[in-house]
Amino acid sequence: MFATIINKAIIQGIPLLFGSTGEIITEKSGNLNLGIPGIMYVGGSAGVIGAYLYERAVDTPHPFWCILIPLLASLLGSALAALIYSFLTITLRANQNVTGLALTTFGVGFGDFFGGSLTKIFGNGGSLSVKTTADYFKTALPFADNLGWFGEIFLSYGFLAYLAVIIAIAASWFLNRTRAGLHLRAVGENPATADASGINVTKYKYLATCIGGAIAGLGGLYFIMDYTGGSWTNGGFGDRGWLAIALVIFALWKPNMSILGSFLFGGLYIAYTYISGLSRSSIAIFNMLPYVVTIAVLIITSIRDKKENQPPAALGLPYFREER
Amino acid sequence: MKKTEKLHEPVFQIAKRGSMVWYKSWAIRAVAILFALIICALFITFITKTNPLKVYASMIEGTFGSSRKIWNTLQNMALLLCISLAVTPAFKMKFWNIGAEGQTLIGGLASAACMIYFGNKVPEYMLLPMILIAAIVAGMVWGVVPAIFKAKFNTNETLFTLMMNYVAMQLVSFCIVFWENPKDSNTVGVINRGTHSGWLPEIFGQKYLLNIIIVIAITVIMYIYLKYSKQGYEISVVGESENTARYIGINVKRVIIRTMAISGALCGVAGMLLVSGTDHTINTDLVGGMGFTAIMVSWLAKFNPVFMTLTTFLIVFLERGAGEIATKMNLNESVSDILTGIILFFIIGSEFFVQYKVNFRGKHKEEVK
Repeated sequence: MFATIINKAIIQGIPLLFGSTGEIITEKSGNLNLGIPGIMYVGGSAGVIGAYLYERAVDTPHPFWCILIPLLASLLGSALAALIYSFLTITLRANQNVTGLALTTFGVGFGDFFGGSLTKIFGNGGSLSVKTTADYFKTALPFADNLGWFGEIFLSYGFLAYLAVIIAIAASWFLNRTRAGLHLRAVGENPATADASGINVTKYKYLATCIGGAIAGLGGLYFIMDYTGGSWTNGGFGDRGWLAIALVIFALWKPNMSILGSFLFGGLYIAYTYISGLSRSSIAIFNMLPYVVTIAVLIITSIRDKKENQPPAALGLPYFREER
Repeated sequence: MKKTEKLHEPVFQIAKRGSMVWYKSWAIRAVAILFALIICALFITFITKTNPLKVYASMIEGTFGSSRKIWNTLQNMALLLCISLAVTPAFKMKFWNIGAEGQTLIGGLASAACMIYFGNKVPEYMLLPMILIAAIVAGMVWGVVPAIFKAKFNTNETLFTLMMNYVAMQLVSFCIVFWENPKDSNTVGVINRGTHSGWLPEIFGQKYLLNIIIVIAITVIMYIYLKYSKQGYEISVVGESENTARYIGINVKRVIIRTMAISGALCGVAGMLLVSGTDHTINTDLVGGMGFTAIMVSWLAKFNPVFMTLTTFLIVFLERGAGEIATKMNLNESVSDILTGIILFFIIGSEFFVQYKVNFRGKHKEEVK
């Protein structure tokens, strides 16, 4: 029972973890990308499109291509979506909030449109399902079932779940322990100073936003392949994208913190199903918790005003070298 | 080797424009929309294999096809415009309020509460003002809370207001449990269906006319407020530079809180127009993303209430038109989001060419030598 709750919480948390890791890397460059919810939709649907076209093209799908094609399609799709945002905000210096919201509109539309009518465009209709591919994505370690609660909590996930944790740890190491990470943080804190010290601000912003977008897109892919088992429902991804942005604040812009945070949020997301005797009204209150907790964290960190827990100083601001 | 040959000059150089005559800047935007429409047409042709001109014809049909459609278009415009006007003062102050969705929803929730608890019990001439006041207060609270924290502790307002949206949404689903009708349907249904208590009255036989008149009045008032009042001036100064504002003796904190109170209150009014004037019911999807669209509407119009009527029209036209395409071509409704997204990208991008000019290397060759 207890192991099941943790297992379910982690499964719910993984898409949020991908999203928040991607958004943290993006925000460290000073770009507040509110397009993340849209990018996650794009990532998920691009993966599904890749899988669908591959499954249609061959008679017996090979596991290797089944994994690789959706993965690459998802990474490419979400990186391209992030590239639109980067081009508009960095090169054309558009307002980040407006661009991000437009990207979310576009991305959610893109996801629901292609997810919902892909079979109609390429085939004869019917609902979209890429179960074969999804089964490969869901394959857990073979001995997970034999190890009882230990296996259930630690070993029972598809490979993307482990990838999420690895990426978060790697991002944390990258930001705090490498020179490039230091430069990236400098760009987010004060782009003018970074520029003066010879850091290529534009390059860092582009790379951080596109890579961050690609990572976030994997969250959509995990959701569609692993969580729903390869079938697309319009709007099924729900508000998880915004929850991922909330998680960034909760984790205080630290990817390793967001690992624990994502499992906690995942737990809050499903907690009501495990507490007996809850009325429907208290379920609504339960669903409010992640957001209320995030607001509390936001307020407390701003009141305590500790330097290491603040958002990047130049977050949301455009940078134009000739303007000061 | 001569020293001049070593000079490295970038391929192009970007400089800020001083100012631009209005027709030139609108021409740039028109060209951007034209490009966007071409891309959209290509996209639709690729998917449906139909003549794109036909597609645009059916978009116009969907917006203006019948008098009922025209009224619906006007009604959608009125609501979107009202929320856009609401976020404008905050945005002009560079307070990134992306919580209009929640502020409107909570305004709608307050109206619905009044309609349910006081409908048929209080005389109508008292009930309507009560609904209005409740909606305004609710929206104001939702807007002022982040503003207070922003003013006092510099809490990030973008993230705070964003989170408040979802708190409002869950609060609505909480209330729906108590108000649901019929039982266990998880929807509220039309409130006071028989008596129309708490409904905004029809005037001249038109359901939506009162909504539209109210929003037109708000537009005019907002235009005057921002352009000619002292408070409107203070908002612009704080938006341009907080330091300047402080230097000339403006109480920045008070301006932030006051402006967000206005912003939230207007969102509350929009919520009331939605519940009491349009849907006569409440659900979590009441605002339907208009709170986010409004931000783009306001920004595209450069925070000018009069231009906002144009940008609202553009967005509503796209949404209704794309909806018509979707039903006619048997496509998924989401196609309208894709089209809106593409057009927004182009308009957002075109602002760059309004504000900056690009000088290419070739032009300055003689000077370099």
